[in-house]
Amino acid sequence: MDDLMSVVDWSRGQFALTAMYHWLFVPLTLGLGLIVAIMETIYLKTKDERWKRITKFWMSIFGVNFAIGVATGIILEFQFGTNWSNYSWFVGDIFGAPLAIEGLMAFFLEATFLAVMFFGWNKVSPRFHLASTWLTIIGASLSALWILVANAWMQHPVGMYFNPNTVRNEMYDFWALVFSPVATNKFFHTVSSGWVLGSIFVIGVSAWYLLKKRDTLLALRSMNVAAWVGLAGICTVLYTGDGSAVQVFQKQPMKLAAMEGVYQGSTKHGLVLFGILNPDKKSYTDQEKPFLFEVKIPSLLSLLATRHTDGFVPGIDDLMKGGFPQLNQKGELITAPSVYDKMMQGKVAVQALSDYKKAQAKGDSSMMTVNRKILEENFHYFGYGYVDSPEQLVPHVPLVFYSFHIMILLGGYFFVFFILILFLLNRDRLQNMKWLLWICVWTIPLGYLCLEAGWVVAEVGRQPWVIQDIMPTFAAISKVGSGIVQTTFWMFAAIFTLLLIADVGIILKQIKKGSDQNN
Amino acid sequence: MSQSENRSKDSWMRKAAYLYIDGFKNMGRLGKMLWIIILIKLFVFFVVLKLFFFPNYLNTNFETEQERADHVTNELIDVINKNK
Repeated sequence: MDDLMSVVDWSRGQFALTAMYHWLFVPLTLGLGLIVAIMETIYLKTKDERWKRITKFWMSIFGVNFAIGVATGIILEFQFGTNWSNYSWFVGDIFGAPLAIEGLMAFFLEATFLAVMFFGWNKVSPRFHLASTWLTIIGASLSALWILVANAWMQHPVGMYFNPNTVRNEMYDFWALVFSPVATNKFFHTVSSGWVLGSIFVIGVSAWYLLKKRDTLLALRSMNVAAWVGLAGICTVLYTGDGSAVQVFQKQPMKLAAMEGVYQGSTKHGLVLFGILNPDKKSYTDQEKPFLFEVKIPSLLSLLATRHTDGFVPGIDDLMKGGFPQLNQKGELITAPSVYDKMMQGKVAVQALSDYKKAQAKGDSSMMTVNRKILEENFHYFGYGYVDSPEQLVPHVPLVFYSFHIMILLGGYFFVFFILILFLLNRDRLQNMKWLLWICVWTIPLGYLCLEAGWVVAEVGRQPWVIQDIMPTFAAISKVGSGIVQTTFWMFAAIFTLLLIADVGIILKQIKKGSDQNN
Repeated sequence: MSQSENRSKDSWMRKAAYLYIDGFKNMGRLGKMLWIIILIKLFVFFVVLKLFFFPNYLNTNFETEQERADHVTNELIDVINKNK
């Protein structure tokens, strides 16, 4: 068991490392791509050559980030096949379809039009060039869509049934996957967070130019476009974040409890604006207070999650004991089962699969029918059959809680930041405010911190599930030794760190060159 | 296909080909450096990592789909046997 946990932990660590490095490159591509497309549109409308120069400058930065980041996500697919083979088999058809579409879209849209974007100046008509720029960024966003559809299915599995003959989940409703509310919220939340990061990046770099008193026109025009994109982005992030809160409350209440450090649920539950968790609180069963210090907005968590100020938000303890009113998958109001009920149903489902296979081997069709029915009736808690102790179902509360609050506080800061930048640009006062320009520069790492924190909330918050309620990490793993996973973990750490150093180094060099010497 | 249609198709394809050929020929230092990084990265990912460190577990250890399905089944129901 210890060795198994070691393989699980190292495999999870490897996946997290790869995904988090990948997630450093992707949002800048999404955000900067949109800004570049808008700038080129302005150029085509105004015919002002200075806009062309500005577009080409940011396009070169976009190109560097794209080139260094491209294919870093493919490593995740390698890991599925090697480290997570039970999972890969179990979900093959469902997970494979969105990823295959993603591969095709990424290749045809991005690769084709990216070439026109970079090689096509003076070779194709300005309109066709502009269309190519827009198609490149639309292609990148659609790639993100399919990845996020696959991810959303893991968080809220819909549109499939389990076939005990193939031991695979098989898709019967593709559109249920695509238009699942979890997927739509996740897509717009993620892509618009990329717009926010791209905007923060452009504003930060432009602020540096203003501090150095060079490339002033580029800086001011870029800041103006970026601040509007950033404001649109952060408004979308806030709106879809609100939608995500409802989805998480309904589909992953344990994640919501961890995000807010809620151990005991209540009606009129407040949202923690700022809090310090009690490090002595080790388990939901102990009597320690969850917080050393907290500032709460009364009833806000109830309002955000249930749309009623007096709605009941369950805590970790409630989720273990059950007995509170809850909506089921069909939207019907039920009494929540306890975790022991779920574990019982899960074990019944796993036993039914075992019995089905035995009956199949004997050619006993009546027992196959009986066990298939039992399996289908209990399959929604299949993963609980692998859980030995309720403690395994609680994600790492401090990591999820602090990540969530970093994300929320920084999101609020970015909202104010973009409005302030637009106000000061409009009043022509930004150039003389050195302290604020430095804040703009130092907001760049905060943008990355915010986005990585969001990833941690989404992915660590759903632990231990690779597929919510159906498969935990410890049932999804391959029979591989932890030694090889540890080796490849450090190899990835080295490769991705080198790539990141190259990315930052080349981008900094391009920024120092500025637009005049830009090739 | 008529001759004029062929010519128009050739011309379109030739234009597309020259876009790439000229693009690579006239590429600046930055572009060349990025392409070198991309090629090294793809080599490391697809040749070194994929071949030597990331074989597909089920494809490597089992020959048929049925054997793979049986293996995963055993993995998934093994928990029942352990608890007995």
